[in-house]
Amino acid sequence: MYDAPTNLETAVTQNDIKISADNVQVHYGDTHAIKDVSVEIEDKTVTAFIGPSGCGKSTFLRTLNRMNDTIDICRVTGNILLDGEDIYDPKVDPVQLRAKVGMVFQKPNPFPKSIYDNIAYGPRIHGLANSKADLDVIVEKSLRRGAIWNEVKDRLHAPGTGLSGGQQQRLCIARAVATEPEVLLMDEPCSALDPIATAQVEELIDELRKSYSVVIVTHSMQQAARVSQKTAFFHLGNLVEYDDTSKIFTNPKDERTESYITGRIG
Amino acid sequence: MSDATMESTVPAAPKSSLHRTDARTRKRHAAEKRFKAYGIGAIAIGLFFLVVLTVSIIRSGLPAFTQTVVSVEFTMTQEQFDAAEGQLFKTKAYSAAFNEALVSTLREKGLEVETDAAAFERILGKTGGTLREYYRANPEALGEEVDFELSASSRVDGYMNGRVTRDSMEDSRFLEAADLDIVDALIDAGIIKETFNWNFITGADSGVDNPGGAGIGAAVVGSFFMMLVVLCLSLPIGVAASIYLEEFAPQNKFTDLIEVNISNLAAVPSIVFGILGLAVFIQFMHLPQSAPLVGGLVLTLMTLPTIIISTRASLKAVPPSIRDAALGLGASRMQAVFHHVLPLAMPGILTGTIIGLAQALGETAPLLLIGMVGFVARGYPEGFIAGFTDPNSAMPAQIYTWAARADVGFYEKAWGGIIILLIFLLTMNILAVILRRRFERRW
Repeated sequence: MYDAPTNLETAVTQNDIKISADNVQVHYGDTHAIKDVSVEIEDKTVTAFIGPSGCGKSTFLRTLNRMNDTIDICRVTGNILLDGEDIYDPKVDPVQLRAKVGMVFQKPNPFPKSIYDNIAYGPRIHGLANSKADLDVIVEKSLRRGAIWNEVKDRLHAPGTGLSGGQQQRLCIARAVATEPEVLLMDEPCSALDPIATAQVEELIDELRKSYSVVIVTHSMQQAARVSQKTAFFHLGNLVEYDDTSKIFTNPKDERTESYITGRIG
Repeated sequence: MSDATMESTVPAAPKSSLHRTDARTRKRHAAEKRFKAYGIGAIAIGLFFLVVLTVSIIRSGLPAFTQTVVSVEFTMTQEQFDAAEGQLFKTKAYSAAFNEALVSTLREKGLEVETDAAAFERILGKTGGTLREYYRANPEALGEEVDFELSASSRVDGYMNGRVTRDSMEDSRFLEAADLDIVDALIDAGIIKETFNWNFITGADSGVDNPGGAGIGAAVVGSFFMMLVVLCLSLPIGVAASIYLEEFAPQNKFTDLIEVNISNLAAVPSIVFGILGLAVFIQFMHLPQSAPLVGGLVLTLMTLPTIIISTRASLKAVPPSIRDAALGLGASRMQAVFHHVLPLAMPGILTGTIIGLAQALGETAPLLLIGMVGFVARGYPEGFIAGFTDPNSAMPAQIYTWAARADVGFYEKAWGGIIILLIFLLTMNILAVILRRRFERRW
């Protein structure tokens, strides 16, 4: 039904570094959730975080746009640079950061509003549109990039919650894209979707790579292999291995990585 | 223990048939049936008392909505007027003229009864004053036929409603058995009749000796101004406090303490709030006594915990994924709350508010302490501001006042007042349901 383009993995070229994390530690109260993680995420690349449940990959993803700030007991140390700027600098407003680093969640979470308003919300609060016409253009563009325009163009004012699960997730991706982010974080975006919807979203992710740096957390190694150019393997809060996807899956350096991808741990 | 001995001690269970219920299943079914019966019994008892309550309220309260009037066409000539004005007891002369007209009307219809001025006074009250007032204000009506509708005394009202009967009554200075013959004659002549008592709904409280003239209208207005104060203060304060506590405040010992105290406040007896209001608002801040403003402030204190608790519950019920979605798009926390969380919590907040208001509307105890009882609300407040500051009563306090009065006529007014109060409460609850339906959205 859906075959990954065969040239995907070979298409890796050396891109600019978009996000650079250095010695990142995350504590939840007394729990040391992320231990000394350093990783460099490239621009215009899909980077996959894989690993067994509870290994800290989602936590690390959420540190990249400071969504962990909403959790009182969460403490982050170390440096995370976006385009060379420290995002945990006291001068940084997380609101501005999140406009640049968009996020798609595990469960589709459209607002209980119309499809149009779902997409238009981000541009509205960030002042991206000067007029209704501008907004219409942004909405259409975003829905097209979310690969859902054809399905919803006739019912833009129907509630977003009335769509199917796969459509809702693509609506959420379109909503994240509408604010023109530079990085798109995806936290297991396909775990609530059926195989057909998953294939559509994966296709979309590959499309998005042309403009954004995409970071995707996934439980499915097949998915990581299909969509990503770089893969990071997390285990018990440590970043075990980070390399080109092809290398991770064919020739892992670390034993634990090999055990995981061959199904012996996790 | 070997397998062999196991088999010998535990005989193989005989194959059971699905067509035969075993003892255990029967027992479970019996337990279920018993439980259902308890439930039905509880509901039946509840319904029974509800019916008894409703019937007794309606039976006792309905007479408050009717009044007995004496309707008579009466002509006063200029000479009669001059003669009456020339006397020492002017109103007596008016009464005499009026009684004469009544008797002649009765005679025309072929009804003959023994009458005297005192009997008429017991039946109709002092008619002379009313007549004199009317003719002095409208001298052009002299010599013309005027249709008078005078309300009968509360005993006659009671006779019409069946509260006073010939068998049960004793002669008193209020009503004698012979008077009832006159009343019967007046009824036959179509002079005395029952009409709907608009004055009960629109009027103000009367003196302790005039239950017929008592109305709940002024108290309704007092309650209205009080509810306005409660709504304008408790909704914004309550919602703002809940939003801060639920969405912004850090989780620490201090906020825990606040939370515990809010829950405790919701359980504080309302009379405690009353005495607090007396001490703070009246004795310390010198706000006017008996004023709806003070009543509203006290009821606000009482309603706030209810509103805060229900608002926090409905904010908690909004799925966190909605907050995540808004924050992930770069909305500030305030934008996330006001654009997404609050609209979704709105039905719950509105329901909580209306239920809090309904509770406040029916509250009597705190009003006793700030002087909104025992006061005879003589009329409506003059103007909007005066509505807050002029002494007034409130519906439950008015009902309490009436119930405490000696004249039995007030007793039925109290029941009537309860009917009006219940109508308001029902309306508010229905409004809560409608608003809930209207604002409810699925996610």
